[in-house]
Amino acid sequence: MLNFLPAVPEIVLACLAMALLMLGVFRGDGATRTISWLALLGLGVVAVLVLSVNGTRTLVLNDMFVTDAFAAFMKMLVLLGSAAGIAMSLDYNQREGIARPEYPVLVLFATVGMMMMVSANDLIALYVGLELQSLSLYVVASFRRDSLRSTEAGLKYFVLGALSSGMLLYGASLIYGFAGTTKFAALANIMVENADGIPLGVIFGIVFLAAGLAFKVSAAPFHMWTPDVYEGAPTPVTAFFSIAPKMAAIALFVRVLVEPFGPLVAEWRQIVIFIAILSMLVGAFAAIWQTNIKRLMAYSSIGHVGYALIGLAAGDETGIRGVLIYMAIYLFMNAATFGVILCMRQQGRMVERITDLSGLARTQPMLAAALAIAMFSMAGIPPLAGFFGKLYVFLAAVTAGLYTLAVIGVLTSVVAAFYYLRIVKLMYFDEPVEAFDWPIGRPLAVVLAGSTLFTLLFFVYPTPLVAGAGAAAAALFAG
Amino acid sequence: MNASWPLLSLVTFLPLVGAGFILLVRGDAEVVARNARAVALWTSLITFALSLLLWINFDTTTAQFQFVEKHDWISGFGISYHVGVDGISMLFVLLSTFLTPLCILASWEAIETRVKEYMIAFLVLETMMVGMFCALDMVLFYVFFEGVLIPMFLIIGVWGGPRRVYSAFKFFLYTLAGSVLMLVALLAMYFEAETTDIPTLLGYDFPVAMQTWLWLAFFASFAVKIPMWPVHTWLPDAHVEAPTAGSVILAGVLLKMGGYGFLRFSLPMFPEASAFFTPLVYVLSIVAIIYTSLVALAQEDMKKLIAYSSVAHMGYVTLGIFTGITQGVQGAVIQMLSHGVVSGALFLCVGVVYDRMHTREIVRYGGLVRRMPLYAAVFMVFMLASVGLPGTSGFVGEFLVLAGAFQSNTWAAVFAATGVILGATYMLWLYRRVIFGELTRADLRDILDLNRRELATFLPLIAVVLWMGIYPKPFLDVTAASVDNLLVRYQTALAAADAPDGGDTAPSGRLLATR
Repeated sequence: MLNFLPAVPEIVLACLAMALLMLGVFRGDGATRTISWLALLGLGVVAVLVLSVNGTRTLVLNDMFVTDAFAAFMKMLVLLGSAAGIAMSLDYNQREGIARPEYPVLVLFATVGMMMMVSANDLIALYVGLELQSLSLYVVASFRRDSLRSTEAGLKYFVLGALSSGMLLYGASLIYGFAGTTKFAALANIMVENADGIPLGVIFGIVFLAAGLAFKVSAAPFHMWTPDVYEGAPTPVTAFFSIAPKMAAIALFVRVLVEPFGPLVAEWRQIVIFIAILSMLVGAFAAIWQTNIKRLMAYSSIGHVGYALIGLAAGDETGIRGVLIYMAIYLFMNAATFGVILCMRQQGRMVERITDLSGLARTQPMLAAALAIAMFSMAGIPPLAGFFGKLYVFLAAVTAGLYTLAVIGVLTSVVAAFYYLRIVKLMYFDEPVEAFDWPIGRPLAVVLAGSTLFTLLFFVYPTPLVAGAGAAAAALFAG
Repeated sequence: MNASWPLLSLVTFLPLVGAGFILLVRGDAEVVARNARAVALWTSLITFALSLLLWINFDTTTAQFQFVEKHDWISGFGISYHVGVDGISMLFVLLSTFLTPLCILASWEAIETRVKEYMIAFLVLETMMVGMFCALDMVLFYVFFEGVLIPMFLIIGVWGGPRRVYSAFKFFLYTLAGSVLMLVALLAMYFEAETTDIPTLLGYDFPVAMQTWLWLAFFASFAVKIPMWPVHTWLPDAHVEAPTAGSVILAGVLLKMGGYGFLRFSLPMFPEASAFFTPLVYVLSIVAIIYTSLVALAQEDMKKLIAYSSVAHMGYVTLGIFTGITQGVQGAVIQMLSHGVVSGALFLCVGVVYDRMHTREIVRYGGLVRRMPLYAAVFMVFMLASVGLPGTSGFVGEFLVLAGAFQSNTWAAVFAATGVILGATYMLWLYRRVIFGELTRADLRDILDLNRRELATFLPLIAVVLWMGIYPKPFLDVTAASVDNLLVRYQTALAAADAPDGGDTAPSGRLLATR
């Protein structure tokens, strides 16, 4: 009998998404709020299901789909990110007149895609999951269809995304052509057996695969789309982009390089080191001149991916654990930041210049404190959560002997600290401009408060996350 | 008081509790400000009282860490919440808890805007400072060491002078750039020794080649913090722009973190590298002493002058620490404590006239003794202590350092001693220009002398300065055992390295050469 139990969370979520789509079609725009809440509820149920699926490594659906502790950990992050994305859009979409039921539905479809990516155990499954996610995201990016910027963002994302998918697919076909299989486990065996005679074609395939994946995680030099899409997309969409898909793409990146191509670590490590350094540099220097907060956050996210990739470059269990901890913390920091960005509304219209934050500490002290915490955390200042993220990836780099990478990492973090501090400076040192509209709406407030408290108080009890990430990383290497 | 009470944690985190209370204060601005001040003052006073208990119960006969607490923090990594004090850190804890209430008193009227935030920032700062001196785990140490930056950045940037933004950024980025290299070194040490526990690491012998790199990374951090020439340039800017109390804490405690770091990490953990780099430290210290003293002579801003004098005084500290001799190291510790009190007091003195006249330019003053006799007397005590007059705390530290330096390297002592003369020159000249002379400026005619609150701020400081100067034994007793222990370890390690089969002390330059 076909065993599909481990895939139940994905199946449930897919069915739910389709059911909600039907509901939306028949009930119209008026049902958006209900559908959003149902989607949130569904994500919660799926999270419970993910946790209740047996944590040991199981292969199902003709070995195309794998569940293990790593997948469970990343899926939880993805679900959290998606839930935050929907919660933050609730009031925003209504106020901006784009409250349509397609939004939560598309987010759910993207989430299904992401969960597939996290659990992919075959190059084809990988591609299918990735495309399901990407196609949903292209549409979501241009969700405000009467806005030039939003449609441009969607189109740009689509064209460049298709290009990167093409590269990825080309890499996959090269690998298939030279190795004769698309299954991760079989590929791993081939890599071990022919350790001294890996065909050049496979290496080429890995390069293309890595390039395509680098695009998806928005790592330099494939980051060009990020600032434009982040700026153009509606703000809750940007928030969603910067957290959920990033988790899935990083998970995919990690699994592809570590599981099938683990024996080739010496080969792909150079690529990862290169894109990590480049991403950190771009993230640190290009952000300095930004005046739009969403663009700034785009460059910031490029930099953060660079730091996370340091852990991947280490390529061992410590390194992957570092990546997982970093991404988990990044999720919360980013949710907090975008929570504040979503509050940047003066007299009913959204503002996006960073100078609009001037004097926020006087007009809305709590909001300013939340953003300041997020900024200091992103800069990696202890005792905030961001510091611990950096601690673990740098630890991995040092353990793997990658001292140069670690030193470049810490030095770029000083440069990056400059622009994070600039935001704090605007809020705390400068004279207030116009106050933001108040109140901000309950779902957003919950996301904002939750993620800020996590960022602030993570140091009190870091063990659960660290242990969870440790177990997840161990699972990846046990298989 | 016994071990069942987590006394150190209480001292560390009580200010945080106070900050939490202030956060809850509601009402109109006037009430909030008044309550915030009161809560902050009382919290810091109780903290100080508790820290006195530390001193009373401190066993001066042992070099062991005392009041130790250890709890699992990040399980699976061996990173724990491990705190304790020994003779070296004990007095710095006291210095932090002693200066904080005085700072809060000094800000009573000077800070009028956003009083609530200010008091919270100060209390958080106190927690970070005390925690840093107590930390016995490297990661914990780093967390506190860096955590200091956040409240200090805000204090300079929000309540500072006209160029506060520039100064706050410079302060933050300079220190951060130094510290991140230390972070990499900490991780390398963790990887090598497989522990972050400081007492364990104190007994760990790192390979010589690795020591060099680790030493340099730590040096990058502590040299910026203390600060040494040529990375001192953030200090004058930060001092000039910070509010008075901010300068006091900056000079009084934050600079000492660098010196404390040298004593806690560089010397005992990397003895061979320390010995190898001693000439470098000597040269930088002497340049700092002479060069910054000359720069201080040329200053027209009172705060800037004192800031440069701080760099010079810290030159004695680094000189003393790296003599590797009991007198030198003891002297360095006493010099740090003395400088903490004296320079803090001098900044408060500047703050007194700044509050009245809103200028720190020396030429704007003159003849103050005619209107402010009390102030002139108080200022004189601290001025003389800064110069190092016998009978004040400044003398003990400088004398011991120079005595140690003389045994270790006569020329270094000769050059450093010229700094004493230069120090006397710029301080006496400053005093003459501000206090003596004719009272020519019209706006100084109705300047008021110290009020009761200001007097209450200064009296404890004067008492400590004289106490340390006349009867320094209690202070030296506290540090003696730990300093001896440190130096025994330092000298043994060096002797072992010099032994025929111990290898050479010259580092090969390759970090993992011996791995």
